[in-house]
Amino acid sequence: MTRQERQRLRTGLMFISPWIVGFLVLNLYPFLSSAYLSFHDYAVLSKPVFIGTENYSDMLADELFWKSIWNTIYFAAISIPLNLIIALFLAILLNFDLPGKKIFRTIYFLPSLVPLVCLGVLWRWLLNGQLGLVNTVLRPITDTANALFGSDVAPPNWLVDPEFAKLGLIFASAWGVGNAVVIFLAGLQDVPRTLYEAADLDGCNFWQKTWHVTLPIISPVIYFNGIMSLIMSFQVFAVPYVMTDGQEGPGRSLLFTATYIFFNAFENWRMGYACAIGLILFLIILALTLLATKVSERHIYYAGK
Amino acid sequence: MTAKTAQRVQTVCIYLMLIAGAIVFISPFAWMVSTSLKPLKETMAMPPQWLPSDLQWENYPQAIDEMGEFWRYTWNTLYLCLMTVIGTVISSTLAAYGFSRIEWPGRDKTFMLVLATMMIPFPIIMVPIFLVFRDLGWIGSFKPLWVPTFFAGAFNIFLLRQFMLTLPKELSESARIDGASELQICFRIILPLAKPAIIVVALFQFMATWNDFLGPLIYLTNQQDFTLSLGLQSYQSQSGGTSWHYLMAASTLVILPVIALFFFAQRYFIEGIATTGGKG
Repeated sequence: MTRQERQRLRTGLMFISPWIVGFLVLNLYPFLSSAYLSFHDYAVLSKPVFIGTENYSDMLADELFWKSIWNTIYFAAISIPLNLIIALFLAILLNFDLPGKKIFRTIYFLPSLVPLVCLGVLWRWLLNGQLGLVNTVLRPITDTANALFGSDVAPPNWLVDPEFAKLGLIFASAWGVGNAVVIFLAGLQDVPRTLYEAADLDGCNFWQKTWHVTLPIISPVIYFNGIMSLIMSFQVFAVPYVMTDGQEGPGRSLLFTATYIFFNAFENWRMGYACAIGLILFLIILALTLLATKVSERHIYYAGK
Repeated sequence: MTAKTAQRVQTVCIYLMLIAGAIVFISPFAWMVSTSLKPLKETMAMPPQWLPSDLQWENYPQAIDEMGEFWRYTWNTLYLCLMTVIGTVISSTLAAYGFSRIEWPGRDKTFMLVLATMMIPFPIIMVPIFLVFRDLGWIGSFKPLWVPTFFAGAFNIFLLRQFMLTLPKELSESARIDGASELQICFRIILPLAKPAIIVVALFQFMATWNDFLGPLIYLTNQQDFTLSLGLQSYQSQSGGTSWHYLMAASTLVILPVIALFFFAQRYFIEGIATTGGKG
């Protein structure tokens, strides 16, 4: 290293020093400490007691843990693709460059500004079995169906019915896709016009252009939005917490892994166990992210590569 | 069918879909406001009424009353927003400058580490962080909610760095030749030019603090220290989910400032979000 390089290194480190402190105290130390505590029994008031892998073996036998994992995967598996499709669809519509598109963009974006607690309270009301908006809209449809086919269907009692509670939450989260819409729209606007002109010359219709030009070009944006919503949906907490008023939902259908970590840490004061679950959740997210990266590598198009 | 009519049919179809989508996205807001202006009896009417027969504006002051310490919560939330915005702007401007405007050995590898920390979800590290703040005696105070923002979060560094990288190198070089120190270059030259990106970071931080629920839930122990989010949840919890007209009025009041902020700074929001996805 030359003298000048050393000098620049010093100045550089000085500028990033707030981040270095934050990284050590708020990321690295908690992460290692979490791993350490996961091998301990720690009830906060007494000192941590080393118990080997007991937390992990407890977890394997803990029905609530498995329930929370199942609920989280169920939610993520539906909500991620659903939100991506809705967002991409809306972005493609907005990309047609028609008069008034800014108003529509604003309307689609607004719900993503709603604070999570408000979102929970509001959707608890919208999904109310008797008085909510969702069933007020659905009831005439089911009534007509019943009259026509002599069937006997009624709109579900969303957040009270274990079969439908997660679906209610999925709708609530789909309402907030505005962020992804804006990101997709920015990606769509970067697609070179010449590519569409070339496709027009080849006689491609709209669907062919979307499938063979648009989607490949914006594949990095799809990947980005996918990973973001993967990370977010595996830590879903606030909205189900508010919707269930800090409970687990009917038949524990809204008990998610992040919720279960919270209950163990701050209600049962089983800090070691909470850390162990947290670590498993981290490994799941990491594995899925790597898997998604591996799978998409072959399908992503990067300009200049 | 001529090409022109086909074009027209297409336009009409797109508008129909855009309008249908807009109705779906707007109606929850409409239902919220409509409920907030109904008398209690009409919120329970079967079949549900779309609009209140008589606008009950007094639901709003009533909801503020029912929430207990509404103004206190508002003040707490604004205080936290102010502190976290200051912390974020100062610390991430400095860090982003260090990651973009000075070339030091190992810089880009270190930046990968910054990006990697974005992958660590909060539920996984919240227990040890809680314990750190407990050992400092900070539980039940506002400090755990704002002090961390003075240590540059990864996302904000990322946004500002992307922007600072686009500013020409020559700006810094000529200033260096003139004998300016890096701090002077950072604050006198780069900071004014990076203002749009800094506004984006400040807005996002404001929103994040306004919306935060898990943090206040863990750290705040006294009712009078609650933020609006935590206060709203606590009010819903007490009211047992019956006085929906007040709950919707309270929700409207908590959402409104955020929507207002968005309309004032729409451009920054949209450009900021677009940057996070595309140009990364």
